[in-house]
Amino acid sequence: MTKFMLLVNLDGGNCETPMLEWDEPDMKAHMQFLNDHLERLRHSGELVEVNALTWPKHAKVVRAASVSAPVLTDGPYAESKEVLAGYQIVDVESEQRALEIAAELSSAPGPGGVPIEQPIEVRRIMESDADLEDF
Amino acid sequence: MRTSKTSDDGTQGLMALEDLLRELTPQVLGAVVRWSGDFAAAEDAVQEALLAAATTWPRDGRPDKPKAWLIQTASRRLIDEIRQEQARRRREEKATLRDLPPEDVEERDDTLQLLFLSCHPALTPASAIALTLRAVGGLTTAEIAAAYLVPEATMAQRISRAKQKLKGASFELDTSEERLRNVLHVLYLIFNEGYMSSSGPDLHRSDLSGEAIRLTRAVHTLLPGSGQVTGLLALMLLTDARRSARTGSHGELIPLAEQDRTLWNKELITEGVSRAVTAFGTPPLGEYQLQAAIAALHDEADRAEDTDWPQILALYGLLEDLSGNPMVKLNRAIAAAMVDGPDAGLKLLEPLDEELAGHYRLDATRGHLYALRGDHETAAEHFRAAARGTTSLPERNYLMAKAASFS
Repeated sequence: MTKFMLLVNLDGGNCETPMLEWDEPDMKAHMQFLNDHLERLRHSGELVEVNALTWPKHAKVVRAASVSAPVLTDGPYAESKEVLAGYQIVDVESEQRALEIAAELSSAPGPGGVPIEQPIEVRRIMESDADLEDF
Repeated sequence: MRTSKTSDDGTQGLMALEDLLRELTPQVLGAVVRWSGDFAAAEDAVQEALLAAATTWPRDGRPDKPKAWLIQTASRRLIDEIRQEQARRRREEKATLRDLPPEDVEERDDTLQLLFLSCHPALTPASAIALTLRAVGGLTTAEIAAAYLVPEATMAQRISRAKQKLKGASFELDTSEERLRNVLHVLYLIFNEGYMSSSGPDLHRSDLSGEAIRLTRAVHTLLPGSGQVTGLLALMLLTDARRSARTGSHGELIPLAEQDRTLWNKELITEGVSRAVTAFGTPPLGEYQLQAAIAALHDEADRAEDTDWPQILALYGLLEDLSGNPMVKLNRAIAAAMVDGPDAGLKLLEPLDEELAGHYRLDATRGHLYALRGDHETAAEHFRAAARGTTSLPERNYLMAKAASFS
C-alpha cells in the first residue's frame, strides 16, 4: 500500500463563479458529493486523513530574520488560485488507484450540476522504509 | 472455588493471564470459525468470551481447561447471537443449530488453519496481511494500524472487509503448493515491513518482524520437510540478526559494508546458518532457499572484506535463472563487481537500462560502482539521480549524503 496526498487549490476549475456566490442547492449538491466521496473512501479502508484549510485571510507567512525577531506578514495572496484549500491522504494499492480517486474528486458538481473539473494535485508521500542495504 | 494452579492476583498473575489469553486467542478463534463457518461473527463471540475470562477468572479461579472454556463460552454466545438474529427477523428456523464443539479440544491447535485461511487467494496482499495479523498474530487493531501508519478506523475497516470476503470460504486446512506460496509471501511481506522501517519513531514496527518469525516457525513445525519454509525462516533470522546495525542513532541507513558487525546477533546467525544449510539441501531449490544462502554468506563474514563474493555471485546466477527478476540481476552485477572489478559490474548493468528505466536503484548501484572505479564525478551524478528517484526518506538522505561525499 502506498500513501498519496491529494491537494485541492482554491482554483475553481472551469467554474468562473466563486463558490461563496453559488446558489444554495448547488452548494448543497457539491457538499453532498464530497461527503459521499469521503464515505466511500472510509468504507474501502483507504482514507487516512482529510482536512480543509481556513481561508487565506487567516494565513501568515514567517521568515526568520538573522538580526531581529522573525518577520511576520499576511499571506502574499488574497484569494489566489494557487492557494491550498484542503487535502486528503489516501493509502492505496497503486498510483493508478490514487489517480482514480483524484479524478472522482475533480468531478464534483458546480452550478447547475455541471462538474467543475477542479485540478487535483497528486503527490506521493515519502516512505520511512528503506531496503538499500546491498553495499 | 479456586481451580487454578497459579495465583491470579497481583501483577504477575495479571500478566500471566494476559499472556495466556493472547496465546489462546488464535486457537480459540480458529476452533470457533471452523465450527461456525463465519469469521466475523466468530471473532465477536471470541472477544466476548475473552472479556468474560478476563473478568471472571481472576475472581473465580482459572478453569482446568482454559481453551475449552473459551471455545464453549464463545460458541454459546454465537448461538445466542444467531437465535436473537433469527427471532428478530422472524425467519424460519431453517439453519440447523450445530452441537457445541466437544469439550475435549485441548490437543487440537487451529492457529495454522486460521493462518492458511487468512492468506486466501481471494484477498489482496494488503487485506491478507491485515487479517493475518489480527486473527493469528494476536496484535490489536490499534497495534496493526500503528505499524502500518494508518488510523485505527481505516485498519478496522480493511480487516472487516477481508472477513466479509471470506464468508463461506472453506476452513479445511489447505496446504497446497499455491496456498503455501501465498502464506509464505504474506509472512515475507510482514517481515519486510517490520525490518525495512527505520528505528526511532517507527520502532514499534519491528514487532511485525517478530510476529512474522513466530508464525513462520509455526508453519515450519507443520511442514518441517519443506525446503522453502525452512529457507524463509532462515532468511528472516539471518536478516533480523543485522537489525541493530543497519540504522544509526538518528535512524539513518547504514549499508552492509559499513555496519558494525559486532552488533549482529550471533545467536540468530548460528540458528539461521544451520537452517539455511538444511534448506539448501532440501530440493527443489526456490527463491527463499537461495536468498537465505546469500544472507548466510554475508552474516558469516566477520569483516566486509571477508565476504565470500564468488559464492554469492554464483548464487545470484541461480536466483536469476529461477526468477528473472531485474532486481536480482542488479544484485548479481554488484557481486560481479566485487569479484571481477567495477567494470564487470557496470557491463552487467547495461541491459537493465530498458527493464529498470529510471529506477533509482539502478542509479544508486552505478553510483557505487563508479565510486569503486575512482570516478567520483560520475558517481556523484548517479547518486543525485538516485536521490531524486527514491520514494523513501531515509534512502533519499543516504543518497544525498553519498552524492555530497563525492562532489
